[in-house]
Amino acid sequence: MSAAPTALPRSRVSEFAAKLRAGDQLAYMLTLVCAASIFLVTCLLVYELWLGSALTRHKFGWDFILSSTWDPVKEDFGAVPFMFGTVVTSFVSLLISVPIGLGAAIFLSEMALPSISDTLTFLIELLAAVPSVIYGLLGIFLLVPVLESAVVPALKGVFGFLPIFSGPFYGVSIFSASVVLAIMIVPFIISVSREVLLAVPVDQREAALSLGATKWETTWQVVVPYASRGIYGSIFLALARALGETMAVTMVIGNTSKVQASLLAPGNSIASVIANQFNEATSDVYISALIELGLVLFAITIIINGVARIMILTTGDKVGK
Amino acid sequence: MLRRRKIVNGVMLSLTGVCTVFVVGVLFIILGYLFWNGARYLSVDFFTKLPTPVGESGGGMANAIVGSGKLLLLATLIGVPFGFLGGVYLAEFGTGIFPSMVRYMTDLLNGVPSIVIGIFAYGIVVAPMHHFSTLAGGMALGVMMVPIALRTTEEFLRGVPQSLREGAMALGASKARTIATVVIPAAIKGILSGMMLDLARVAGETAPLLFTSLGNTFWSSGWDKPTAALPVMIYTYAISPYDDWHRQAWAAGFVLLALVLLVNVVARLVLAKTSHA
Repeated sequence: MSAAPTALPRSRVSEFAAKLRAGDQLAYMLTLVCAASIFLVTCLLVYELWLGSALTRHKFGWDFILSSTWDPVKEDFGAVPFMFGTVVTSFVSLLISVPIGLGAAIFLSEMALPSISDTLTFLIELLAAVPSVIYGLLGIFLLVPVLESAVVPALKGVFGFLPIFSGPFYGVSIFSASVVLAIMIVPFIISVSREVLLAVPVDQREAALSLGATKWETTWQVVVPYASRGIYGSIFLALARALGETMAVTMVIGNTSKVQASLLAPGNSIASVIANQFNEATSDVYISALIELGLVLFAITIIINGVARIMILTTGDKVGK
Repeated sequence: MLRRRKIVNGVMLSLTGVCTVFVVGVLFIILGYLFWNGARYLSVDFFTKLPTPVGESGGGMANAIVGSGKLLLLATLIGVPFGFLGGVYLAEFGTGIFPSMVRYMTDLLNGVPSIVIGIFAYGIVVAPMHHFSTLAGGMALGVMMVPIALRTTEEFLRGVPQSLREGAMALGASKARTIATVVIPAAIKGILSGMMLDLARVAGETAPLLFTSLGNTFWSSGWDKPTAALPVMIYTYAISPYDDWHRQAWAAGFVLLALVLLVNVVARLVLAKTSHA
């Protein structure tokens, strides 16, 4: 006959030992470490960018993001031409992709039969899986010639007096990069917007229709506003992707480190200048400047992603549950 | 007035249809143009031979295909265990504030542009080793895999009914045993499909490889040496001024896209089946 354990600490120890034998504690710790590795990686990433850009951060300070000179020979670096390129390409790509994406999302959620809608959405989501280098390849050999022979002459004919469509067009340009980006982000806008539109309660539609609204009025004045925050969220997610997109942009943007008013002129985005010049950066200051550009890009995408996430989360309160 | 409203109704609704046709049309143009060009320039040599110097036609990208395979193997070895186990933690053990912080960080890391991940891998692996390597490229891709692997695992484990866990526990199984023998097997199809999608996504990544695995015109001589990879080859060949290289780029694009889309279609069909069951 053995006496029951009396000392509490000892029973705790044996309980822990039993759990350890059963693997519970071990499984807990192992999975915890793996989950925590996310923190480690993210912190290391920020630390690496911060440390790597120390040289230029000390040398130029805030002037780095205010100066528009990028002269590797004189080692004078400023981020403005690239921030300009990134913002302009992303903005123009949204101008093209938002109306088309929203239109298609409305069609898929309000008009098409569920089976057709599901099939088309499946196909459109495949577009999102196409690697960006493939978009770049098609951009160079398919899109640029089409723009050169048909689209740009037409644009110049109508809007030629505007400074943004002035100057010669050599194929590679801010405009070409924007069009490629638009094609790349449209699947995101469609797939997320369709989800939030489908989540709008049927009562809303029936109420509007019973008041005598047409199908379009119901959709545009009732359903879309109801889902608006989710739609904005999808646009911000698409924007975050456009801002960081590298390869497709690099292949068609023209790689010129100057700020030019015309969309038809070649330019450079933050991501494309890093992709283009990192391997040929010879001096430490040059590399540091490129890493600091990476830091700027990181900061921008974090902010945009954060905003998108908050928007989608707050929509979740109204739609979806 | 009513007539005008009806006309607006008709016009706008048709426009939404036009938008859809346009987007789906773009998909078919992309696929059609790429497959037409790619199939024309694809040959057996592409899979078996090394790239030829400029001006010499023929040759292939055997080294890049093997290189991509090695990079993806490394990426899987890094990304899948961390993502999978981290996902198990979030779904099965996570309570309190820490798991939501992990989730937030995961989404944040997922949103980091791939070129920035490239800089990270450069700083962590290439700079200390003083040379470009397969290892650095594989690490960059592995880091990119973790967030999605983690969130898919969590999502599918959460989809397993609570009653299954309770049943196992009631039979006397420990928590770890329940997770390993009941919960994970119930969700394994979804998790595996998610991992395949994740792998297909990084298989096409180019930016993180530019200054990590760099590229190589010959066979890579080891894991610590630079290696060629299909996406990087497509990039360098497409922006080159040589027609021969453009043809090779099309063939490489064809192979890469066919693989990526095949994995996507299969994985998505499996997922659609499991979610209806």
